[in-house]
Amino acid sequence: MASLRNDPYAALLSSPLGKRVVDSLGLPQPTKLRRYAVDAPVLDGAALIGGLGEDTPIADRAKALLETEGVEIGDPFDTLPVAAVIVDLTAMAGPADLERLRAVVAPSLKRLTSSGRVIVVGRPWESARTVEQAAAHRALVGATKSIAKELRAGATANLVLVAERAEDNVEATLRFLLSGRSAYVSGQVIEVGGTGNGDSLLLPDDWTQPLAGKVAVVTGAARGIGAAIAEVLARDGATIVAVDIPAAGQALAGVANRLHGTALQADVTAADTGERIVDHCHLRHGRLDIVVHNAGITRDKLLANTDEARWASVLDVNLLSILRMNEAILGEGGISDHGHLVLVSSIAGIAGNRGQTSYGASKSGVIGLTQALSRDSAVQARGITVNAVAPGFIETEMTGSIPFATREVGRRLNSLQQGGLPIDVAETVAWFSQDANAGVTGQVVRVCGQSLIGA
Amino acid sequence: MSSDFPRKVAILGGNRVPFARSGGAYAAASNADLFTTTLDGLIARFGLAGEQLGDVVAGAVLKHSRDWNLVRECILGTALDPRTPAFDLQQACGTGLEAAIVVANKIALGQIDSGIAGGTDTASDAPMSLSDGLRGVLLALNRAKTPAQRAAALATFRPAYLSPQVPANVEPRTGMSMGDHMAITAKEWGITREAQDELAVASHHNLAAAYDRGFFDDLVTPYLGLTRDANLRPDSSVEKLAKLSPVFGKGDGATMTAGNSTPLTDGASAVLMGSESWAAAHNLTPLAWFVDAQTAAVDYVNGRDGLLTAPVFAVPELLARQGMSLQDFDFYEIHEAFASTVLTTLAAWGERRVLP
Ligand SMILES: NC(=O)c1ccc[n+]([C@@H]2O[C@H](COP(=O)([O-])OP(=O)(O)OC[C@H]3O[C@@H](n4cnc5c(N)ncnc54)[C@H](O)[C@@H]3O)[C@@H](O)[C@H]2O)c1
Repeated sequence: MASLRNDPYAALLSSPLGKRVVDSLGLPQPTKLRRYAVDAPVLDGAALIGGLGEDTPIADRAKALLETEGVEIGDPFDTLPVAAVIVDLTAMAGPADLERLRAVVAPSLKRLTSSGRVIVVGRPWESARTVEQAAAHRALVGATKSIAKELRAGATANLVLVAERAEDNVEATLRFLLSGRSAYVSGQVIEVGGTGNGDSLLLPDDWTQPLAGKVAVVTGAARGIGAAIAEVLARDGATIVAVDIPAAGQALAGVANRLHGTALQADVTAADTGERIVDHCHLRHGRLDIVVHNAGITRDKLLANTDEARWASVLDVNLLSILRMNEAILGEGGISDHGHLVLVSSIAGIAGNRGQTSYGASKSGVIGLTQALSRDSAVQARGITVNAVAPGFIETEMTGSIPFATREVGRRLNSLQQGGLPIDVAETVAWFSQDANAGVTGQVVRVCGQSLIGA
Repeated sequence: MSSDFPRKVAILGGNRVPFARSGGAYAAASNADLFTTTLDGLIARFGLAGEQLGDVVAGAVLKHSRDWNLVRECILGTALDPRTPAFDLQQACGTGLEAAIVVANKIALGQIDSGIAGGTDTASDAPMSLSDGLRGVLLALNRAKTPAQRAAALATFRPAYLSPQVPANVEPRTGMSMGDHMAITAKEWGITREAQDELAVASHHNLAAAYDRGFFDDLVTPYLGLTRDANLRPDSSVEKLAKLSPVFGKGDGATMTAGNSTPLTDGASAVLMGSESWAAAHNLTPLAWFVDAQTAAVDYVNGRDGLLTAPVFAVPELLARQGMSLQDFDFYEIHEAFASTVLTTLAAWGERRVLP
């Protein structure tokens, strides 16, 4: 199996930009990011909440959420530290209203604690009523990404675009962004819409067990990111069906046993794997609610030297297998209504990478698949969500084997100045898998610490 | 005792590690390593982590004295509830089968609801060993890719290599190896060299085809880099086997070669069994029902029985008890120590004749 260690840095590391970063080694130690723990508070300090105008539906909901969780709401006029600032700009009518973003966020930045959060909220600009409104809401993208780059000490900034009448669907996303679950997610734009079939979404009885009673399949679960995904889904309450190639059976058994799940040895490219997954889940666990298409390979080579077999193997494992398995998974007796599909893409699928044409194609294809499938009328009618996560530099055994200087460059080229952990990818996958998050579909969220690549 | 017993016993599934040539991939692995890996694979496949099973019964033929509580020690290394009882038993080649009978009987009698039976062996000093010289020749032959390499490998062969170096691997009462015993039986039954080679080749080809079509995808847990049985030779052919010289038996009529005899092998396997209700409660579909079993022993020391012919006597007894005939079965499995064992057993069953 080819390692994924070059994803997607190999070429970059030898570039002039990479060299400059190497030269600047001796940077201060990166901040230890605040990560989720079952018993940790949603936020480890006070939150500032601001908005534009009288009608601030998301600010109101954020306030209610934080009050339930016992988080203090900070005073905008003092200078005490705050762990988050949330600004609700859903009411913006034109670019002049952007001043409100500055007015709320600018004074709070100096007060932001380590691993603090900036959450900017707007409306999807495509559905704006006027050109002015579209311009203003689209402006939030550039603004939020710039704020994310200005932040220090592990703080992140993300933009949430909430569709009209979908305001009630925002809680899972706010919780995700405020908590340590989103430690390595920054500079991202997340759209929250209605549920596909108009049903109101189900909130969990217990936010520490948002996947309770669910059965989740994770492909490529024997090691790396897939093993972390299985672990986090299990922690959040799901029963795990861990899938990997037969040759990885021993490690797979270790993962399944640790999580008290079951192991299914199957190659995702085999014609009957989709059916075997569906049968296994229904026969053994009585249902199937979540499928994470994580299995992936690289066969890096310059395109000029890539033969048909090498090309085909990458596209088959990373892209075609997903389409094939989805036939059974989305077919009669497959995944339940209100289920969740999560695909693992890569920033190489967004930015491209020298020597990774096949991989870049497959991971870009995953994004197209995600977006198109999320809009499929049958999928929407069943309330099934389809989302993708695009990891950046993730610290795995493989990235660990990259020579030190090279590795340093890879992990520093992002706003958080460090590599992510497999658990960071897993947390995003788990958030996509929540029923409470049924308003989020067709989204591609990068877990890359706002990597400079393809940003 | 309540009249609810005996009750049905379901065979629910199995697992094994790929089998390795002795001294090969598992050279540094112990019986416990092999069996623990096998159990953990089974536990993962059937979602048994944290479960307390009724009993786990297994054994090894070749056991170090430190392994006096081998199976129970294995359990403590697995994901099973550590309160799962276990014990070792041993009945030569029938160890694993006897373990399965014990577990089934306990389930049938209602003493336990679930159990695992199995066996593990690393055969570094099993009762059959070829001389190092012959091993060298055969291994070189195995590695050879071209006819020239094959010829070169065969050219290193010396007649002296034929004497098996098996000082300890003999039946204590006859001083003969299992292979030499079998050679006598094969001769008595007129089992031809050609038939043995054909069976061996078919066996290799069928096993290779089964791997290729994914039959073993969910039956095997790879171990120490081995994903398929190391003894498997997909390119085996009757022509190639015909070139090998006999290693068991003497003289012109000797038919048993390294090609149609089982090499020394390391491995472990396990089978999960349960009552009908236990299976249902765990959403497991029975693959088959354990109905009955029969053990036999033969007088190979003073009498005229062949050492490996016990099944020839056991099966008719079993059939008579159940009022069944061999035609009532869809599948038969015959322990395949040597191709000639299988052919002798089939011949004896077919002729309804047993050795006097
Ligand atoms: N590691 C990174 O930095 C990184 C970055 C971006 C994207 N990704 C993506 O994340 C996913 C997981 O990556 P990882 O780093 O954990 O890799 P990994 O190589 O450690 O794990 C991949 C797993 O997928 C399994 N797999 C491969 N082919 C399979 C097949 N045909 N059928 C079933 N299972 C198969 C492998 O056996 C392995 O267990 C991949 O899709 C990868 O493209 C990784």
